[in-house]
Amino acid sequence: MTAVVLAAVPTTTYYLVLAAILFAIGAVGVMVRRNPLVMFMCIELMLNAVNLSFVALATRFADIDGQTAVFFVMVVAAAEVVVGLGIIISILRRRPGVNADDLAELKG
Amino acid sequence: MSHAVFGQAQEFIAPSIEWWQISPILALVAGALGLLVVGALTPTWPRGGYAAVAVLTTIVAGVFTLFHWNDIADNGPSTMISRALAFDAFTQFLTITILLATLLVLLVTADELYRTDNDGPEIYALMLVAATGGIVMAAANDLIVMFLGLETLSLALYVLAASDRERRASQESGIKYFVLGGFASAFFLYGIALVYGGFRSTNIGEIVEAAQADVLLTGDDPMVLAGLAMLIVGLGFKVAAVPFHIWTPDVYQGSPTNVTAFMASVGKAAAFAAMLRVLVVALPTQRDDWRPAIWVIAVVTLVVGSALAVVQTDVKRMLAYSSISHAGFILVGVEAAGHGGLAADNDGMSSVAAYLLLYAVLTVGSFAVVTLVGRSSGGDTSLEAFSGLAKRRPALALGLTVFLLAQAGVPLTSGFVAKWGVIQAAVEQESYVIAIIAMIAAVIAAYLYLRIMVSMWLREGAADVAVEPVPLMTGFSVAFAAVFTIAVGVWPQWVLEAADEVIAYAR
Repeated sequence: MTAVVLAAVPTTTYYLVLAAILFAIGAVGVMVRRNPLVMFMCIELMLNAVNLSFVALATRFADIDGQTAVFFVMVVAAAEVVVGLGIIISILRRRPGVNADDLAELKG
Repeated sequence: MSHAVFGQAQEFIAPSIEWWQISPILALVAGALGLLVVGALTPTWPRGGYAAVAVLTTIVAGVFTLFHWNDIADNGPSTMISRALAFDAFTQFLTITILLATLLVLLVTADELYRTDNDGPEIYALMLVAATGGIVMAAANDLIVMFLGLETLSLALYVLAASDRERRASQESGIKYFVLGGFASAFFLYGIALVYGGFRSTNIGEIVEAAQADVLLTGDDPMVLAGLAMLIVGLGFKVAAVPFHIWTPDVYQGSPTNVTAFMASVGKAAAFAAMLRVLVVALPTQRDDWRPAIWVIAVVTLVVGSALAVVQTDVKRMLAYSSISHAGFILVGVEAAGHGGLAADNDGMSSVAAYLLLYAVLTVGSFAVVTLVGRSSGGDTSLEAFSGLAKRRPALALGLTVFLLAQAGVPLTSGFVAKWGVIQAAVEQESYVIAIIAMIAAVIAAYLYLRIMVSMWLREGAADVAVEPVPLMTGFSVAFAAVFTIAVGVWPQWVLEAADEVIAYAR
């Protein structure tokens, strides 16, 4: 009984595994989904999985560097949202309801 | 217990900032912000006004960089801002490369924006910001700083790729680049997190110290190996190495041609600089892990890039595949840099630096000519649009011929010097197989360049094709690139000597 309780106390590794799973979900999402907005959300999920890894590792090392890295990533993610949504809106305005398979003017 | 450390109120010690040493970056940011702010508050400037400010900014930054180059030659390399950036010959060499390419692209852009009646401060500011990001990537001595540089470069490039609002293809290339670029950045970032997990630091200097101090920490640590793999995936995407090259032809073809020139020169130089920083400078203790991976990627990139280039019919797409095959050649140099032994005996890193400088000028020249041809044919850059170019514009055809011969690696051009450098570095490290594959790939790729040349010189163009106008600044850009290509091909010594300095890096 004691062993079960001890095992249930989350360690850093739990968070790292969770982050890896989230990252994998995001990566698969980018590859299988066809809506540009959803693909974009999956990329954000990947970035936040990395943030979780950084925080977990910073706690394990008792080191502040990993936590500050998260702030940089959040700023970059916010900037990416601005640019990404700008491009997506400009393309959706000309071609409503477009998905990734329709964007096939360039190929060869 | 670990929480106690966070609880302690530690005094914040601000790092000293070497303002003079980061002056090229500051100059570019100041130029970009100045253009945006002043440009937004004033009525439209006369023709060439915005471009002149942007060009002046890159020249000022370039002059600062030359001062720094001499400073390093006298006082040796060092690090800046509590080791966040490296102040060494490698940084300055890549800074010069990026600034020179930016300058040439800005000249082409000025004419192009004026023609399409889109003259405004934004595009120039974006290019300056992108160049800043590239320089930060080359100078980064901390993986997080490198990520910031990568994103600064990439975000600006996404917007530039989609900047032609009249053409659907431009927007399509923008969104493709954005989604795949963000995907690759996430991999790169996850790689940083895992390397941080292995070495307890994201600082390149501290990573190396940790790896050397504690042998047990390195070796087979799965976290470090996974992080390394993620970093290679992220960087492989940015340099357009096979199998991460899928975006390249579409994005190169869809983007406005002047932006394509920028991507192929600045984007590639910055990405390879970051790759050298990560693999050779930060993780030399893992070189036996990453070198085989780079070997395989280099071979596949060489073969696929050269082979697929041959079957294309659009010149922009051909040059996109040719840029992939050039990435393969540069990877041959990276692989050579991954061999052990004394740094002074290894030409891998300096051959890559020289290749990046020479290729950047070459590719901007090539795309500048494509810009001119494409604009008179209404955006058509197929092989047919180039037929008869020698009759209509002999000087332009001659310029493109010089660039294509150089890309093929013909002697007495800078392309030969570049390819000779990486192959020699590989041979010196006894990587004979990869050197032979590289030479075979060069022969296959030569066919592609010949096809464009035959179309220009031997085919008759349609009778009603208008003669391409050659605006002054684009013409200057092409002429400068052509003269540079020949001059370096005939007197390569000064470039090679400068490139030899880069192996004394700081970390």
